[in-house]
Amino acid sequence: MSSRTTILEKIKQNQPTAISELPNLGTLGLESFEILDKYKAVLKGIGGDFVEVLNYDAIISFVKKNYATEKRMITTIPELAEIAATDWFNDDPHSLENVELTLVKAHFGVAENSALWVTDDLLGQRVSTFIPQYLAIVVNKKDIVATMHQAYDRIGNQEYGFGTFIAGPSKTADIEQSLVLGAHGARGLTVFFMD
Amino acid sequence: MKIGLFIPCYVDQFYPKVAIATYELLQKLGCDVRFPMKQTCCGQPMANSGYEHLTKGCDTNFIANFAEFDFIVCPSGSCVLHVKEHLHDENNEALASQMRKRVFELTEFITDILKIEMIPGNFPYKVGMHQSCHGQRGLKLSQMTELNAPFFSKPEQLLSRIDGINLVSLSRKDECCGFGGTFCVTEEAISVKMGQDRIKDHEAHQVEYITGGDMSCLMHLEGILKRQKSPIKIIHIAEILNATI
Amino acid sequence: MKSNLEHSEAAAIFNKDVKRVDWHDETLWFVREKRDKAAHQIPEWELLRETASEIKNNVLSNMHDYLLEFESNAQKNGITIHWAADADEHNKIVHSIMEKHGVKQMVKSKSMLTEECHLNEYLSEKGIDVIDSDLGERIVQLRKEPPSHIVLPAIHLKKEDVSETFHEHLGTEKGNNDPQYLTEAARLHLRDTFLTRKVALTGVNFAIAETGEIVVCTNEGNADMGVHLADVHIACMGFEKIIPQRKHLSVFLRLLARSATGQPITTFSSHFKTPRDGKEMHIVIVDNGRTTQLGREDFRSSLKCIRCGACMNTCPVYRRSGGHSYHNAVAGPIGSILAPNLDMSKNADLPFASTLCGSCTNVCPVKIDIHNQLYKWRQVLVKEGHTPLGKTVAMKGMATVLANPMVFDFAGKAGRFVMKNMPVLVNNSLNPWYKQREMPAPPEESFREWYKKNAKESKDKKDE
Repeated sequence: MSSRTTILEKIKQNQPTAISELPNLGTLGLESFEILDKYKAVLKGIGGDFVEVLNYDAIISFVKKNYATEKRMITTIPELAEIAATDWFNDDPHSLENVELTLVKAHFGVAENSALWVTDDLLGQRVSTFIPQYLAIVVNKKDIVATMHQAYDRIGNQEYGFGTFIAGPSKTADIEQSLVLGAHGARGLTVFFMD
Repeated sequence: MKIGLFIPCYVDQFYPKVAIATYELLQKLGCDVRFPMKQTCCGQPMANSGYEHLTKGCDTNFIANFAEFDFIVCPSGSCVLHVKEHLHDENNEALASQMRKRVFELTEFITDILKIEMIPGNFPYKVGMHQSCHGQRGLKLSQMTELNAPFFSKPEQLLSRIDGINLVSLSRKDECCGFGGTFCVTEEAISVKMGQDRIKDHEAHQVEYITGGDMSCLMHLEGILKRQKSPIKIIHIAEILNATI
Repeated sequence: MKSNLEHSEAAAIFNKDVKRVDWHDETLWFVREKRDKAAHQIPEWELLRETASEIKNNVLSNMHDYLLEFESNAQKNGITIHWAADADEHNKIVHSIMEKHGVKQMVKSKSMLTEECHLNEYLSEKGIDVIDSDLGERIVQLRKEPPSHIVLPAIHLKKEDVSETFHEHLGTEKGNNDPQYLTEAARLHLRDTFLTRKVALTGVNFAIAETGEIVVCTNEGNADMGVHLADVHIACMGFEKIIPQRKHLSVFLRLLARSATGQPITTFSSHFKTPRDGKEMHIVIVDNGRTTQLGREDFRSSLKCIRCGACMNTCPVYRRSGGHSYHNAVAGPIGSILAPNLDMSKNADLPFASTLCGSCTNVCPVKIDIHNQLYKWRQVLVKEGHTPLGKTVAMKGMATVLANPMVFDFAGKAGRFVMKNMPVLVNNSLNPWYKQREMPAPPEESFREWYKKNAKESKDKKDE
C-alpha cells in the first residue's frame, strides 16, 4: 500500500467520530473605530511610513525628493513610468537584485494590522516586493478595511497564483529580541494614500 | 449547615496554626464546623506523579470522612482542585460527583457561599499576595493575567477591606512559585530558581509578609526565605482573616 | 539534539549561570508581555480563541475529507503532492526532488517539521548543502546547534555569542556586538544564497482545503526571497496544518503573530496557490506519528497547535531551563505533550518538567488544554512502565498508608509519615529540598492533636 493510502486510512480510523461544526464568523470584527487613523497608527508602530497624496504627480515628486532616483526603480503603475521602469515583467527575477525601490498598488489595506493585500497581477513578478532595498505601495483611502474578517470577505474567491499581505518593512528580532528593520526584504515601506 | 473541615496532610503535621486559624475563623463566621479525625490525604501527590490509579483508597477514605457534610472546606486551593477534578467512587459515582461540587477553598466559601463581603480587622503591614496556580487558574479564585477579561479576586477582595493592610501590586502578578508537588525535588534547580524569583518580586515591593491561600507554595517560599535569612514572613490568609476579627 | 540528559539534569546545568538564566527569563517574559498587550487590544480576543479552537476541532473530525479536498485542489493548481508516512520517507522524497533536478544546494526557510525529521543531517550525508535563511536558524545552524524555540530559534544566545559565530563564519569584525551590524552581515551573506539556489524549501503555516493553496508567514521575507528566485519550491507540512476555507485565515492570522510576538500580523503572509510559469511546486504531507496522536482521545487536540510559541514564552519552567533541555525539536509545554507520542521512553521526563501551573493553556490561541494533557501523559507513562521502579514501589507504599487511617495515624505518630514523605520519596540525607531550602520547623503538636484537646463542638460528639 502506498503511504498515501495508509495515512488516509489511519486518519479515517482515528479521527474523532463526533463531527464538530464550523463556527459562525459573522459576529467577529464588528468593533467600530476610526479606520484610517488606526491604520496609520499601526503602520507607524511597526516601522512603516505613510504619505497622503492627491495624485500620481505628488508621488513622483515625493519619490524624487526622498529616494536615490539615480538607482534602479521599478513599478507596475503606468502613471509612474517617469520615475520607474515598467519593462521588467518578463526578465529573469534574479536580475532585479539591484533594485533600489519598487512601487506597486495594493488591492486594499487592513486597519487593525496595517497589512496591504497584493497579488501577482499587481506585482509584475512575485519577487518584486521582496527583493528591493525599499518598497512603496499605493492604496486608495477608501480601500482600507477594518479587520482581517472584512479583508477575507473582500478577497472572497479572487483568483491568483500568489498573493501576500505586507505589513511594514521586513524585520527580525532574532538577536536578543532587538528589532532590526531590513532583514532580507525591504528596509523601509512607504504607503501612499490616495483619495 | 454542617461544614467538614478538610485539612491537607502536611498542614496538619507542619502548620497546625493554619488549620486552627481556619477552624476558628469558620466558627466565628457562625459555621457548625467539624474535623473528621480519620481523614488522611486527597491523593494529589500520587496523582500528579502519574499514579492516579493508586488513589482509589484515598478517595474511599475521603468519601467515608466527608459524605455527611453539606460543605467541605479546606484552606488549600490545590487540594480542593484535586478533589473537584478527580474524586471518584466506582460504587457510588453519584455521591462522588455531588461531593466534588460541595468542596470549597476557604476564601471562595466565605465570598460565594457565606456571601460575606468583608471581615473586619486590622493588619497594619505591607503584604504581597502569592496566587497559587491551582487556586487561581484551576478554581478561578481570581482573574488570570493571560486572559482578556475583567479583574476580580476573591482573596484580595477580603484582604483589601482589612484596616491598615497595604497590599502591593507585584510585577508578575500570577507567576508560579515553582513548588509543583514532587516537581520541587525532581526539578530542584528550576523549582528553587522560580521560588527565588518570586521572592525577589515581593522584595522589590518591600513586603513584610507574603500571604496566600496555599500552604504548599508558602512552605516552599518560606524554606527559601529562611535559607536566605530574610526578614520577610510567611502567613496563610486564614491567619490574617482569623487574627483580625 | 543528541543529548541523553534528562530535562532536570540539563536544567540544573543551565541554572549554574544565574545571570544568564535571569536574562533568558526576562527576555522571554518581555515577549509574553508584548503578547498580553496585543491580546488586550482586541476586545473579542477570547471569542477569537474560541472560534479558532472550534475551527480546529472541525478539522480534526473531518481530517480525511479535507486532506482529499486539499490534494485534489492543489493538483488542479499544478502542485505535485507527496505523502510521507514518517521522517525517513519525508527526507527521501525531498532528496529525490533534488536529485531529479540534479541540484546540490538548497535554501530553506523555517520549518519545524524538517527539524523534527532531521532533514538537514540527512541531506548533508547525501552531499547536499542546505542553508537556513531565517536569521535565528542560520545562527544556530552555523553553531551546529538545534533551535531552542520554534519562533525564536536563537533566543538562548546573547549578541556576544552571535558576534563570535559571525566573526568565525562570516568574517565580521571581532567584538562588534551591534545587532544592526550583525543582521546586515547576515543579509549580505544570505542575499547571495537566495540569488544562487535553485531549490527552496519552506514550511507551511496553513493549507486551505477549499482552494489548494498554502500560507507561509515570515517577518524577514526569507521564505519569499527563496521561493520566488528558485526553480523548485518544496513545502513540507504535517497533515494537521489543514484548515477548511480561505476565510478561516482571518481568524488564524489575527491570532498567530499576536500570540507569538505581540505583532498585529507577521510582515509577510504569503499565499502560494500555483507555481510560477514553467516552475515546479511540491507539497510533502507528513504523518510521522500524527495519525497515532489523532487516535489518542486525550491528546489529539495537541494537533490543533499553530506553532505560535506562546506557551513557551509564558512557561516559568521553559524560561528558566532553555529550549535545549527538552531534547526535542519542539520544546516547552507543547513539545512536552507532542514528544511522548513520538517516543515514550526517550521523552518520559518531559511531561514532568512542569508545575502544571496552567499558564500555557490560557495563552494558547487554539485553546489546547496543555496542562491537563501533561497530567494525563504522566498517567500514561507510569502505566506503560516508563518510571523508575523505586518510585513505583514508594508510591504504592504511600497509597497504602494514605488509604488506611489507622496506619496513617500510627505512621504520623511514630515517624511523622508526612515529614518523611513531603517532599516525597527521598532519603533525608540527600534530600534535594534541603539543598537550597530549609525544612519547616516541626510544631509541638499536629492539628489533629490540638483538635482532640481543644475542639469546641457545641452539640456533636467528637469523631473518636
